[in-house]
Amino acid sequence: MIESILDNNLITFLILLVSVGALVGLFIGLSVFLGPKRTSKVKDSPFECGWIVTTDAWRPFPIKYYLVAILFIIFDVEVAFLYPWAVSFGNLGMAGFISMMVFLAILFVGLYYAIKKRVLDWR
Amino acid sequence: MSVKVKTLDDLTLPPPGADSPLSTQEYFINMGPQHPATHGVLRLLLRLDGENVREVIPVLGYIHRGIEKIGENSSYRQTIHLVDRLDYLSALMNNWVVSMVVERAAGIETNDRIEYIRTIMAELQRLQSHTLWWGVIGMDLGAFTPFLYGFRDREYATDIFEETIGARLTMNYIQPGGLMNDIHPNFVKRTKEFLEYLKPKIDEYDELVSGNAIIQKRLVNIGILSAEDAISFGTTGPVLRASGVPYDLRKIEPYGVYGKVEFDVAVGQAGDSWDRYIVRVMEMRESVKIIEQLIDNIPEGDYMTVKVAKAIKPPEGRYYGHLETARGVIGCFIVSDGKDKPYRFHLRTPNFNNLWCLTKIAKGWKIADLVAIASSLDIVIPDIDR
Amino acid sequence: MTAFSSFLFNYLNGVTANVYEPVSVATRAAEVWAHEPWLAIGWLALGMAVMLGFLVVIGMGLIYGERKIAGHFQCRLGPMRVGWHGLLQVIADTLKLLVKEDVVPAKADKVLHVLAPVLAIMATLLALAIVPATPWFQLIDVNIGVIYVTAVGSIGVLGVLIGGWSSNNKWSLLGAMRAGAQIISYEVSATLALLIIVLFAGSLQLSTIVESQADGWWIWRSHLAGIVAFFTFLIASTAELNRTPFDLPEGESELTAGFHTEYSGMRFAFFFLAEFINMFVASAIAATLFLGGWMPFQIAGLDGFNAVMQAIPPGVWFAVKTGGLIFLLMWFRWTFPRLRIDQLMGLEWKFLLPVGFVNLLFAAVLILMGWYFAPIPA
Repeated sequence: MIESILDNNLITFLILLVSVGALVGLFIGLSVFLGPKRTSKVKDSPFECGWIVTTDAWRPFPIKYYLVAILFIIFDVEVAFLYPWAVSFGNLGMAGFISMMVFLAILFVGLYYAIKKRVLDWR
Repeated sequence: MSVKVKTLDDLTLPPPGADSPLSTQEYFINMGPQHPATHGVLRLLLRLDGENVREVIPVLGYIHRGIEKIGENSSYRQTIHLVDRLDYLSALMNNWVVSMVVERAAGIETNDRIEYIRTIMAELQRLQSHTLWWGVIGMDLGAFTPFLYGFRDREYATDIFEETIGARLTMNYIQPGGLMNDIHPNFVKRTKEFLEYLKPKIDEYDELVSGNAIIQKRLVNIGILSAEDAISFGTTGPVLRASGVPYDLRKIEPYGVYGKVEFDVAVGQAGDSWDRYIVRVMEMRESVKIIEQLIDNIPEGDYMTVKVAKAIKPPEGRYYGHLETARGVIGCFIVSDGKDKPYRFHLRTPNFNNLWCLTKIAKGWKIADLVAIASSLDIVIPDIDR
Repeated sequence: MTAFSSFLFNYLNGVTANVYEPVSVATRAAEVWAHEPWLAIGWLALGMAVMLGFLVVIGMGLIYGERKIAGHFQCRLGPMRVGWHGLLQVIADTLKLLVKEDVVPAKADKVLHVLAPVLAIMATLLALAIVPATPWFQLIDVNIGVIYVTAVGSIGVLGVLIGGWSSNNKWSLLGAMRAGAQIISYEVSATLALLIIVLFAGSLQLSTIVESQADGWWIWRSHLAGIVAFFTFLIASTAELNRTPFDLPEGESELTAGFHTEYSGMRFAFFFLAEFINMFVASAIAATLFLGGWMPFQIAGLDGFNAVMQAIPPGVWFAVKTGGLIFLLMWFRWTFPRLRIDQLMGLEWKFLLPVGFVNLLFAAVLILMGWYFAPIPA
């Protein structure tokens, strides 16, 4: 039982996670402990090239970045579909090839549509 | 009729409806006074839509030293020591323009040796300035290596200056009636060595930066300044010539010994950032050509035609002179009331006008383009604020 | 075509069977757990210690290497003062960063501001664990290795995004938005490029993929598909690493310092270190998948040459391949200027992505028709 868990690398991964976290925490703790703490109003204000901050940074941001993220979601999910297909491609043969090509073709039409809709036109 | 003058506060008011959470995406951001791309303490107030620049408002005054006012309280010789702090990359040209006007006003004659040396020094200074600019435009576009290459090559010219003049950046060498001192015995030899060194380096510049596909993507057809706009903004120097206007005082109103040398005026066509870039690279080659024609022919003579101890007192009147620095036309206007200090001392500096065309040509481009365009204008901030 | 490819195959890839049996540390621990639990714990502790040591060495070595290489590219010497040829410079810098004040801006989202660099560095360190450096040392060897790398690696972008957003600084926010758009876009291309190799190797496990290259590296064996995928991966991972010519999120001449404008001291160092270790991971993954990992370079027919190559330990092979790729990335950085955000997006969505898909199609046809250089492992 425990062997199989170990062999699945889960335990090792968890141990690694903990030890890496401990290392990072140690360094941050050390720097907090060793570093000075001298605050002032000007020092703690956001850096805007030495000028008084005019507008808050947390405001609605242009949608272009969001559209890119949406495009990414579509294509990343598609790549996630491709992985199991790629692993077992040797067994799938022609049928697997054709079905995936149809899938890709549909996605490609989508990409073409997005480009034509000027999603990537950052004007 | 009263005119409503827009103040900075009016311009930076949030656009209507900005307080509603979803209505607007535009925001203001200060680029400078402490920003790597403004090359000094220039503040550009940007109105941005995401990355797109909607408006550029340059705000000046962070390095104002009142040089013109100090000049009115200094003798004509003392003024020389102020103007090299304007455009510190064209210090000798700034010296020269004041000397030129004072000489014209006071009727001081110079000899051929002085004019030869002045011209060579000015062209060396132009090379020094352009090599530095070439490095800086590389850095502004994200390539750090050209910056150090530019500085490496500039160092040779700086060493030559140091040997003769004693200073490396804010040099005072040209003064009314001649030069501060004669050239160093090594000057001719080292200048020739420098030219031989620099010629292949300019080809290297072309290989490293000019021929780079990313550089071309970032400069070609970006920030187009039409010839009409360039003229109406009052831009001069490489910025104006890149827009296709062959206006170069060295050719049009030859001063020094520019009338005796052969050189071409580098002219661009489209007026985009790329043209401003390539015009300066071409100018480097032309400067090398000019110095080569002069360096072996410096005539014998005194380096000074008047006594330094004697105060210069030009007759009453208004005097103006101008010449071509590495960045454009610097003009010097002096009103004399017959005393040893100018009644009014005014300078027309190229960078002020060159900067202002940024408000038009950077509009609609990205922040990254704004940086590239500003860099291609090659502005030096102390020259704007004076 | 067949004659040509068989010539190429014979020339480049006739490789003798490899003699190493890769075993991950986790597997070793599992094997001995039943009868000697302490030995298993010892294996794990050793693994962790080596991992963390490895980490420090890579981080410091890469920072030192970058500064030296940059120096020599730029006609200067780089660090020279601290230690012999500046060898101790990085240690001095680390100590300096350690005793620097850790500034958290007053208006920032403090929890996220502290969390961001931790996320960035943790993701990187976890990705490092799966790199098959040598047959006898790979900390964890999961059967979904390639997915693990992309999954863990993409936590890093969260760190950058959160860091930029939580600073409440407009420059940081712009940098973070650029980072978000850029890293996720290029992730698609990077994953697609890795997919080509998965398609050929028929496995997601990194050790299996390395073993599958005993008969020749995938970059040669897959006709053009491997080469195209390799270059796609190189470009895409440079973009994912935020390195020049894709260093827009930092873009110091545009955004002052980009997403880490508001970071100081150790937490700034974490972002910095994460970038360098990410560079190592990306190079190591490229070396593993495309260049045969720790497999030696072999040429069919030259037995003497092959014997010499096999005598070189696999760890050295891995280090040389990874180091070469890291040098390439550094070369990029100190030569190229920066792209603009729309040009960057255009390059990915209008060029790299279609190329990646066509390449995938090509690779699938190759496998379907059996036009590859060597049999694909079942």
